[in-house]
Order: sequence, then C-alpha cells, then structure tokens
Amino acid sequence: MSEDGSTTLQGTPNPEAPNPQLPIVQKLRIRYAKRGRLRFTSHRDFGRAFERAVRRAGLPIGYSSGFTPHPKISYAGASPTGAASEAEYLEIGVTRPLDPREVGDRLDEALPDGLDVLDVVVATPGALADRLEGSRWSIRLPGLSAHEVEGPVETLLSRDELLVERMMKKGPRTFDIRASIVALATEADPDDATCAILDLVVRHGTPSVRPDDVLVGLRSECGLGTGLTPVATRLAQGPLDATTGSVGDPLAHDRDAS
Amino acid sequence: MSVESVFPRLEPLLPSVSKPIQYIGGELNSTVKDWDSARVRWALMYPDAYEVGLPNQGVQILYEVLNERDDILAERTYAVMPDMEKVMRENDIAQFTVDAHRPVAAFDILGVSFATELGYTNLLTALDLAGIPLHAVDRTEDDPIVLAGGHSAFNPEPIADFVDAAVLGDGEEVVLAISEVIGEWKDEGRPGGRDELLARLAASGGVYIPKFYDVGYLPDGRIEKTAPNREGIPWTVAKHTLMDLDDWPYPKKPLVPLAETVHERFSVEIFRGCTRGCRFCQAGMITRPVRERSLQTIGQMVDNGLKESGFEEVGLLSLSSADHSEIGDVAQQLGDRYEGTNTSLSLPSTRVDAFNITLANEFSRGGRRSGLTFAPEGGSERLRKVINKMVSEEDLIRTVAAAYSHGWRQVKLYFMCGLPTETDEDVLQIGELAKRVIETGREVSGRKDIRCTVSIGGFVPKSHTPFQWASQLDHETTDERLRKLRASVQSDKRFGRAIGFRYHDGKPGTIEGLLSRGDRRVGRVIEAVWRDGGRFDGWSEHFSYDRWAERAAEQLVPLGVDLDWFTTRERDYDEVLPWDHLDSGLDREWLWEDWQDAIDPEGAVEVEDCRWTPCFDCGVCPQMDLDIQIGPTGQKLLPLSVV
Repeated sequence: MSEDGSTTLQGTPNPEAPNPQLPIVQKLRIRYAKRGRLRFTSHRDFGRAFERAVRRAGLPIGYSSGFTPHPKISYAGASPTGAASEAEYLEIGVTRPLDPREVGDRLDEALPDGLDVLDVVVATPGALADRLEGSRWSIRLPGLSAHEVEGPVETLLSRDELLVERMMKKGPRTFDIRASIVALATEADPDDATCAILDLVVRHGTPSVRPDDVLVGLRSECGLGTGLTPVATRLAQGPLDATTGSVGDPLAHDRDAS
Repeated sequence: MSVESVFPRLEPLLPSVSKPIQYIGGELNSTVKDWDSARVRWALMYPDAYEVGLPNQGVQILYEVLNERDDILAERTYAVMPDMEKVMRENDIAQFTVDAHRPVAAFDILGVSFATELGYTNLLTALDLAGIPLHAVDRTEDDPIVLAGGHSAFNPEPIADFVDAAVLGDGEEVVLAISEVIGEWKDEGRPGGRDELLARLAASGGVYIPKFYDVGYLPDGRIEKTAPNREGIPWTVAKHTLMDLDDWPYPKKPLVPLAETVHERFSVEIFRGCTRGCRFCQAGMITRPVRERSLQTIGQMVDNGLKESGFEEVGLLSLSSADHSEIGDVAQQLGDRYEGTNTSLSLPSTRVDAFNITLANEFSRGGRRSGLTFAPEGGSERLRKVINKMVSEEDLIRTVAAAYSHGWRQVKLYFMCGLPTETDEDVLQIGELAKRVIETGREVSGRKDIRCTVSIGGFVPKSHTPFQWASQLDHETTDERLRKLRASVQSDKRFGRAIGFRYHDGKPGTIEGLLSRGDRRVGRVIEAVWRDGGRFDGWSEHFSYDRWAERAAEQLVPLGVDLDWFTTRERDYDEVLPWDHLDSGLDREWLWEDWQDAIDPEGAVEVEDCRWTPCFDCGVCPQMDLDIQIGPTGQKLLPLSVV
C-alpha cells in the first residue's frame, strides 16, 4: 500500500496516474505445456505470445497504471529454451470474475499449436512460486543405450558434490549440482534400444539445476558418452516430497478451495 | 510426388545455433497445405534475417493472396544466419521453408522480395544452399523459376544473371497471373521446357526475363542498347499497379511470430503511392499514382487485424501518412474507438507541418509523449528546393514549437548528406537548424531537458528518379562534411548535450550506389564478393567495404569501368541507362526536365503535388491508363460492438 492508502500495485485505479486502470478482482493460475517445435520458444518469446493470446481471447486482463501500462501476468519457474514442458505455470489478474474452464478454452484456442493450456484455477492466497519446490524431468538420450548410461549415473549418485560450470549473463559460474538432485534413474526406451531415458528429480535453488547441468556433470566427471542431441521434457513442477522423491500438483490447494 | 520435410534432420541441430526460434515456423495464421493438393507451388523469400523479413508487408500479403487459392500453395523462407549456414552445409541440409520445412528447390517458383540491393548476396547463399544453379542459364526444367520483385526490381540488371524473371510494381494481381501461366504449362505437360515457360511469361509484357535481352556496350563502357534476342519478346516491360485498394484489404490474417522481430505491430497501408515529388525518393516515383484506402476500410482492417493478431500497436503506413485526404478523421475516430483499451496507434512518415502535431496528439491520447520525427532531408532552404522538399525553416520551427509546447520532449530530424549541388555550407546548416530547434524548445516549454536527435544518411541516387543521372558524392567527402558538422555543433557549449548525432560512415552508401545504378557487369562483383564470404551486407557487423572495393576493382577494371564510373560519374541525357527498357510509367523527358529544374543555376524550380494542383505530366496516368484515387468519403466509423 502506498502512503495515501491507494493500492495501485494491486490495480486499484489511481486517478493521479496517467492511464488509470480497472481494479483486479480475480487471479487465475494457469498450467501450460511447451510441445514439439515450440520448445524452442524462449521465456521472452512465450511472454509476447501469451500477451497476444490474452488479447485475442478478449480476456478482461488487468493493467498496471503509469506511462507504459503492462498486463498483469506473472511467470513462475520458466523452463530453459529448447526444453519441452508439460508443467509451466503463470498467474494473471483480471478485472471481471471469470469461469476458469472457459478461460482455459479461450486461451488455448488463441495460442499457437504447441503452446497448450492444460489447467486453469482461481488463485487462493499464498505465492505460487513458493509451491514450485522441485521439478521432475525426463531426458531422452538418443545414441546412448541404458547400459551405457547406468554406470555414469551410479557414479554421480555416489558423489557428495559435483561442480559444473554454466555460462551466465555475467560470465561463467561454477556451482554444485549434486545437493539438488533428489533422484536420478535410468530407463530404456521400450521402442528404441539405442535411446536411454533419464528420470530426474531436482530441488529448485539458486541457480536451479537444469537438465543440461546434469548432463554436463555426467559427461565431465562420470564418464558419460556424447551420443546424439538430448531432449529434456519437464513432466511436473510443484511441492517436493524429499523422502519419496515425488513432485506434487502446485494447483491442488487452489482447486480444493473452490 | 511428395516432398520430405527437412525438420527431422534439422531439429537435433537447432540447439547449436543462435535463436533457433527463427527457423521453426509455427506462427499464428501461418498456413501449411498438402503438397499434392496444389497445382502451383510458391516459395516466397525475404532475403534478410527472419527478424527483419517476417514483418515485411509485401511477403505477408502475397503469402495470403496465394494461399487463399485452393490450387496454389505458398510457403516462406528467409536468409539463414552465418552460423546456421555452416551447420546446414556440414549436415547437407538444403535451404528450407519455415512453414513445412520443405526444400526450396522442390517448388515451382521462388519469389524474392528485394526492398534493398544489399540483399543480393543473401540471394546467392539461398540459391546455393537450395542446390539451385546460381546462373539462370545453367538451370534445368526441374529448378524453380527464380523471380525478383520489390523496389530493387526496378533495376534488376546487377542480378540479371541470377534471376530468371523480375516483376515491377504491385504484386497482388501479377502473382496470380504468373501462377495461371505456370499451371497451364504444367497441365499441358511442360511443352518446350523451361524456355517455353519463360517465353510465355515474357510475352505478357509484364514479366521481365533478362536472358531474353542482350546488352551491347560502347567502347567507352556505356551501354549501346538493350534489345530482345528472340521473337515475341517485347522491347519494354511495364510495372503493375493495383487499383481499388479497398478491394484488397490484406493482410486479413497477419502473421504473428513467436520470435522477436523488428516491428512488433499490426500495420495497415492507408494509401499507396506519393506525389509529393521529392526528387531523391525512388519509392515516391515508382509507386504512382496515389491510391487511398477509405476511412471505412482502414477502420475495418484495424479492427480485424487487432482481433486476428492480438497486437497492441497499430501502424498506419504509407509514404507520407499525414497526406491521406481524411487523416484527421482517421486519427480522431480511431482515437475515440480505442481510447482506454491499451491499444496504441502510430503514424510513421510524417511531414513537417503543424497539423501533424494535432495528429500526433490525437494518437497519443493518455499515453506517452516521448519523441516526434520529422524529415526535412536538406539542411539549407536552397538544398530543400533542389530536392523539391518544400519545407521552409519557419515551417520547421513553427512545427517544432507546437510539438514542444504540447509536451513532447524530443524531436528527431532526418537529413541526407551528398545531395546534388550540396556544399559544406549546406550541411553545416543542419547544425544551425538543430540549434534553433533547441532554442525554440527551451523557450516555449520553459524547460532545459529538451533534446533533438539529428540522423543523417548518405544520399544514394536511384533508378527511375530525377536524380538517376546525378553524381553520387564519394564517401571520403561525405565523411569529411559530417565531421565538420559535428565539430561545429560540439564546439558550442550551449547545445553540446541537447543535440545528438546519428550517422553511419559513407562507405556502405557507395556500394549501395554501385548496386542501385549498376548494369549486368556488376553481377560479377556480387558473385565474387559472395564467393569471398560476403553475407548480410545491410548489417554493419557483416558488411566489408574493402571486400567490395577489391572485388569491384578485380572484376570491373578489365572491362574498362570501375566503382567510381558507376557511382560518382554524372550521366548525360543521351546515355542509355541500364533500366531504360523497364517502364515505371514515368516519362523520361519529364524526369530529365525535373533534373534540370533541380540543378538550374538560377535556383531550383519546385513542383507541386498533383493531388491538389493540376497534373505536372510525370506521365504515369496517361501512359498506364490510371488515375488518382483519393477521398474524402465523408463517412464515419461505427462504434465497435463490445466483445
């Protein structure tokens, strides 16, 4: 709240501001997928596409006041460019109460195929980002059999610490990935004996460990071969049960409340 | 016969290139058709990076016009960046379309839209990656017809060896006519092979087939004549002009990319053509006459485009948008309609005219008033008369005063350097003008934080303009004049920070000049530069002047000509110009007289605009049986129903 008691940040119109906007009356949480060739959309690319979809769908999205009004959309835990995902999340603020199911249908229709809305719920209090404690990834490794992958995975799991380097905006940064790896298992692709699949559960942190970091670690320190280009898919993102290694549904709480 | 997508082989390579999103397609409103359902298949190329090419209106319009026909299929392809080119060569992946990732070589026709000559080397990369022979004479019946369009196609001679065909002017109708000719020829079992198809296209008089013309040269290097070398080929080829733009409200389904591009907005062309008569402006000369879209059509296109795209900005495009006969109503009624919807409207290309401040205010209701742009083009009043840009210094100052007093804080001014008859003094006047702008701004607004940005481009003479005969200023002198200008402004402490300068060095302009007014001999230079690694010549980080200058010397000097011969040499009335057989509708006599009026030692003679004054006989309307199409219609936009 600002000093004069108005709640501009929450969307209450500020008559003093340029472009006063309608107040936000409802927040919706949305789960979406990035599939197929659209896995190459970056986080910024997706943001633009989603804003346009909101306008095409004619949703009464709220805007911030000020010289350049921004639509009320907040993203949580975006996946890296090139990774597919079945579990990405964001939250929008609207100026009229809406039926979440209808919002889902309209948004999905307005988005390009491959960016698909999977679930919409009305938000309950509590930050969505706080519920995204961990992720479960499936990483396909074409050109490497399960047999070739099992040994390096065991080596990784036997370590207490595994340092990898990643290029960040400010330059290379070295960090430990082992502490964030909750579970890592090797499977064979039932349809393709030359392709192993890694089942990975990570705990989010700063920075969050990505599939690429794990592959870098497996290759540099654990003797994993190069193989062909891997493809990672995030299967789930949500509350983490560290003992079972399971990742829950971050929208369950909101859904139960309605 | 079906054609395989290259995508399965491409996909694993994408993580290794920068911005893979530019190669995946999948844009909203893009179209993928069944290969076998189409009788005629077009690949449309914009020969620059995806982020520049995707928003191009010409390609989007033709893509939609062609795909609306059941028996025609059109897909898009763009220049791949050098890192991708390397990956494609290493992995034997051919130039592909982004829609269905089909190899470009499998299409019937590859249409390339050239907005600038600096895309020529990118054409060669695409042909080579596609596996299409670089030279038209080496192509067989199985290769696509390579067709050039866009403004640069008004002098396609430098790329005459590489293209099979060129089309001048508006593309909407002629692409359908070409499709019909190709379709018939295929249905008949391709009689007479490739040459028969090209001859059928040429016989129409509206498609230029360079290889059916021979160019002869005089001992001094000038062209002797350009003449058809076989029966049934017309001596001249005419441009195409679309009339009744209200009947062609494209794009109806604008492409919305996932990647970030240079224009993130929906654009409506509110009219085509311009008769202001600026003597340097090729666009204004070759797109005559003026044809307006009505207020009603503009309103309907804006409404539809926003719904189809989800963009939050609309640009009202044309060569001089404020000249629309109902622009005041367009601005006010669209302003009313979209007030409070967080939709912004913009009007690029505005004149120096106080009325434009009213328009700009209308378009920025409740929004930001950051910067306004004006283009006086010439620094001194004398020079502005030479180029027929009728703006007095008082007009400019009055306009700027109005802008600053309405809350605008920054004014951008565009100028050119190297205009005919220009002296150092003319260019120094740019600085004096900028100083008066700042003084005026400080006075009327009572503020100190007034800024003026001066952008300067080097003048490049273009074909089909009164300045087509002019000497281009060499880049050394251009750079020297701009250095003096900068020194004179920076020496005055009162304005140091308030005036900003933006200009590029003059070297790229010299190469653009070579390509703009070059003839077929320049093709050797383009090919040599490309073989030497030349790519993306419109990008300063890729462009190499030295490479162009060296290859030009190596290729042209043995022929008795050189870079200067093509650029800094003034041409005479009786010289055969490389594009004289290509008819833009402009009367050559009129162009010459207008050139003489510009450089009259007694002072330049100005030409009025034929929209408001009597016809000045440029020749387009009588020669091509056309007429101006302008309003006002006097109609009103209806309020939109609430969604």
